[in-house]
Amino acid sequence: MSKFMLILYDRPADVANVTPDDMQRIIEEYNAWGRGLADRGKLGPSMKLKDEGGKQIAGKGATVVRDGPYAEASEIVGGFYTIEAKNYDDAVSIASGCPHLKYFGRIDVREVDF
Amino acid sequence: MSVPALVDHLFRHDAARMTATLARIFGPARIELVEDVVQEALLTALARWPHEGIPANPTAWLIQVAKHRALDALRRDRLAEDREAHIREEISQWADAAPTVGVDDPVIVDDQLRMIFICSHPAIPAETRVTLTLKLAGGFGASEIARAFLAEETAIQQRLVRAKRRIRDAGLVFEVPDGSELGERLESVLEVLYAMFTEAHTAHAGDTLVRRDIGEDAMRLGALLLRDPALARPEVHALMALFHFTAARFDSRADAEGEPLLLAEQDRSQWDRQHMSAGLRHLERAAAGERLTRYHLEAELAACHTLAPSWEATNWKRIIELYDQLLTLVDSPIVALNRSIAVAEVAGPSAGLDALRALEGQSILRRYPPYEIALGDMLRRLGRYEEASAHFTRAAERGRSTPIRRFLERRIAECAAAREPGVENGELRPSRA
Repeated sequence: MSKFMLILYDRPADVANVTPDDMQRIIEEYNAWGRGLADRGKLGPSMKLKDEGGKQIAGKGATVVRDGPYAEASEIVGGFYTIEAKNYDDAVSIASGCPHLKYFGRIDVREVDF
Repeated sequence: MSVPALVDHLFRHDAARMTATLARIFGPARIELVEDVVQEALLTALARWPHEGIPANPTAWLIQVAKHRALDALRRDRLAEDREAHIREEISQWADAAPTVGVDDPVIVDDQLRMIFICSHPAIPAETRVTLTLKLAGGFGASEIARAFLAEETAIQQRLVRAKRRIRDAGLVFEVPDGSELGERLESVLEVLYAMFTEAHTAHAGDTLVRRDIGEDAMRLGALLLRDPALARPEVHALMALFHFTAARFDSRADAEGEPLLLAEQDRSQWDRQHMSAGLRHLERAAAGERLTRYHLEAELAACHTLAPSWEATNWKRIIELYDQLLTLVDSPIVALNRSIAVAEVAGPSAGLDALRALEGQSILRRYPPYEIALGDMLRRLGRYEEASAHFTRAAERGRSTPIRRFLERRIAECAAAREPGVENGELRPSRA
């Protein structure tokens, strides 16, 4: 088993007009997906990042800090899941079932090097 | 590992309850601010629960978030200092109590009752009251309301904005009225619930699922009224009886393919016994009053249909009497149309046709497909297939929902087949002539 990180991208403005009932339905779909993994011990730490704020720090000796490119209209990293999977094919197959793809945006799948 | 599941429509109902309480705390002039606070709390859950899982007490979690958003909003709101301190205190009390307070807590119920009364206030245009009640007291989104009633979402939004402005400008008070005002105000509330329910259950187009939720919400709000002894009047029980008797048949109104079934064709063994007995309980308590309202008559009409063992064994004579009484209270061509159908059951399709023809020229019926369908049905039963077909065709042109159109196409095909020589009326299904 290897560890993979699923990096979720979305546009925060997309969710503003979702109705309460739709929100609940979406949450329940995520919940079912997450529970399916957790029950098999395949779900690791998962977090939502705050949509607002964010800083970018320039590297290589420079110390410039500026606000992230987190304008309302742009695509940002919204959060991540870590999962256990056999290989990339398995990880992609797991990520493909994530409701995020249906409702909010794309997912990057990256293997954790450890 | 078990993760708590959410109860049905928790978000919608929590949105309605949080909106009601915060509107009481902030005052009716700030309903828009309150709606924003509630929406933000729900959005926060939408963002975080997929990652964190659903909290053990979702309602309390939402209220905690709403509290922080409300305090933020309060800081931006620049109120007089003492007023701000008072509001802050009330918000904190509400949030602190949240983990232990159930949805039927008297304070929560009272807040919602005030919301129902302000939404159906006579100062708000009658056609807007239902929309406003759905949004603020029901927790429905503008897009859902638009979907249910085939309206443009922007039109619904504008209507809501105007209504909220009206609440503010007219200085409407957030309270359950008492004394002499109560009667008139309660009447207005019942009209709104009646419209919510009947629209939801009889609309000929729109999103069926949402409409069903709207019908159920009318029942939920009606049940809230009954929790207040001053509001638990016989006419409220009558309205609830009507709702339950009608809801009992809800699942049987279409076949497996979604095609509508006439009352005569429905499988009565599928009708919901729980709704039936709830209907009877309310009908009994509705009888306590002196005043006979349209809700009493309509509840008994619904009871006649729902409790009859079959279409044939229905007490049509009683139904005609009830329609006659109802027509003295509400002068409605649609009531008269329904009466004609009962007349046909007692005196035959020819009498029914005469009763329907007498309504010709009523402007409401001119664009009302059920009128054409009823005419077509009488003519079909009289063997006048060509004329029947013309009415079914006209109804199909006006009907907006696919199942109704399919149903009518079936009728038209039957009429065409019956006109062929050698095909007897008896071979058609279903025929009650």
